[in-house]
Amino acid sequence: MAESKTLLDLKHARKSFGDNEVLKDISLTVEEGEVLAIIGPSGGGKSTLLRCCTLLETLDGGTLSYGDCVVASDSGSGAVYGGKDVLQRARTHFGLVFQNFNLFPHYTVMKNLIDAPVTVQKVPKDQAVAKAYQLLEKMGLEGKQDMVPCELSGGQQQRVAIARALMLDPAVLFFDEPTSALDPELTKGVLKVIRDLAEEHMTMVIVTHEMKFARDVADHLIFMDGGVIVEQGPAAEVIDNPQHERTRAFLLSEE
Amino acid sequence: MDIVTLINQFGAAYMGLDGSLTLTTLLMRMGGGLIVTFQIFLITLIGSLPLGVLIALGRMSKIKPLSALMRLYISFMRGTPLMLQLMAIYYIPYYVFGIKLSLLNFGPMDIGPVHVEVGWVMTACCIGFILNYAAYFAEIYRGGIQSIARGQYEAAEVLGYTSSQTFMKIVLPQVIKRILPAMGNEVITLVKDTSLAFVLALAEMFTVVKQIVASEVTMVPFILAALFYWLFTILAEFVLGRIEKKLNYYHD
Ligand SMILES: Nc1ncnc2c1ncn2[C@@H]1O[C@H](COP(=O)(O)OP(=O)(O)OP(=O)(O)O)[C@@H](O)[C@H]1O
Ligand SMILES: [Mg+2]
Repeated sequence: MAESKTLLDLKHARKSFGDNEVLKDISLTVEEGEVLAIIGPSGGGKSTLLRCCTLLETLDGGTLSYGDCVVASDSGSGAVYGGKDVLQRARTHFGLVFQNFNLFPHYTVMKNLIDAPVTVQKVPKDQAVAKAYQLLEKMGLEGKQDMVPCELSGGQQQRVAIARALMLDPAVLFFDEPTSALDPELTKGVLKVIRDLAEEHMTMVIVTHEMKFARDVADHLIFMDGGVIVEQGPAAEVIDNPQHERTRAFLLSEE
Repeated sequence: MDIVTLINQFGAAYMGLDGSLTLTTLLMRMGGGLIVTFQIFLITLIGSLPLGVLIALGRMSKIKPLSALMRLYISFMRGTPLMLQLMAIYYIPYYVFGIKLSLLNFGPMDIGPVHVEVGWVMTACCIGFILNYAAYFAEIYRGGIQSIARGQYEAAEVLGYTSSQTFMKIVLPQVIKRILPAMGNEVITLVKDTSLAFVLALAEMFTVVKQIVASEVTMVPFILAALFYWLFTILAEFVLGRIEKKLNYYHD
């Protein structure tokens, strides 16, 4: 097998809110082309973990790097973050899809897609537009470019959000419960899009409550509870044959 | 028979206006005042709309002294009569800096096609209105800015927008839509508040009307003034309605 490339490297991550210790020494790596699923009970720290990886929260301790871009280092006295330019460079490595989409309501679908590439990355507008049309087709959203988000269903909005993230060519794409705000019928369409991306070996980290989906799509799976990684391994193995009592109890409760 | 005579005959027949004060001379004198009223209105908006943004941002700043100062400013400007503020600003150069007020008269000036009297009275008046209205606008902006969901900021941040890009492109346009009704109220209040300039004897419409009523012993100018202000607010409402309609292409 060819040597894989580590895109994300998080070590000994610690994070507290007040005296609530939400992440207790979490380490994980994401290899190029890998799909990592994170499951676990509510309040276990999954969102916090993603938010730390996407720089929406800062770590109290631990190290974080994207490829050769070192975001946070730690020589024992807590996480030390790089400067603004480092953080801005790190942001070019990842995208994030939110549970509640967070599309820009005043922009059309097209503008939602092209505004960041044009404003942030200075991509020529016609180039961005061409790419947006391709992604819209891929997301099953042909002809929706001139609509505003409020005219779309939740499932369509989430697919626009995925397309918006993909416009910036992220190395890693994070999803925080991308279908939790959707009813089952709409969930299907979004999951299909993510499956398609997995087939194309898009590197993804997905927090989800959809166990069957996680089993099918993810290469690697992490079960998190109480701020620690309780169990991890190949997705099918962990789900079909959990080793820890807590994992077993959680999987039973999710069925 | 020409139109002026016709109007004057109407004024004489139905309003009791004849002799030294005909309806046309009355309308012309009031018209001059109306232009000044309109100038105060416009200059106040041009100055206070952006100044309000700065004050709102200062008020929400993480820099504690700045935020406290802006809070104090807003509290003072909203907590004292505008009329008093206008007079204070008018007299400050003289009583605080010892500058003769007549030195501050710059005379008439043409800004593009608009002819403005840039006397100290007009200047002080506009400064007063701008400073006062900016405080009210700042509080409306603040409410609007704080009503924007955190997710909007977070989405923009992850996409790599700088904080000023996020504010200008993502937050502000949404804020404008949300605060438009409240802003409309303030704008309409401003139309009528321009009449407070009478305390500085600035020749805006209300001052002119008051003088005419006193010298000519007739109520007619008051009635006409009410109609003018009313028409002015209807016009403002119409413009605001158009903007609101234009922003109605989405809801959130
Ligand atoms: N901004 C915050 N301030 C204070 N506490 C927070 C904050 N964000 C999260 N927490 C706390 O951190 C803990 C973990 O929350 P988190 O949202 O990461 O869990 P989760 O695993 O994503 O749960 P869910 O499945 O419900 O989304 C919870 O106890 C939560 O109350
Ligand atoms: Mg969560």
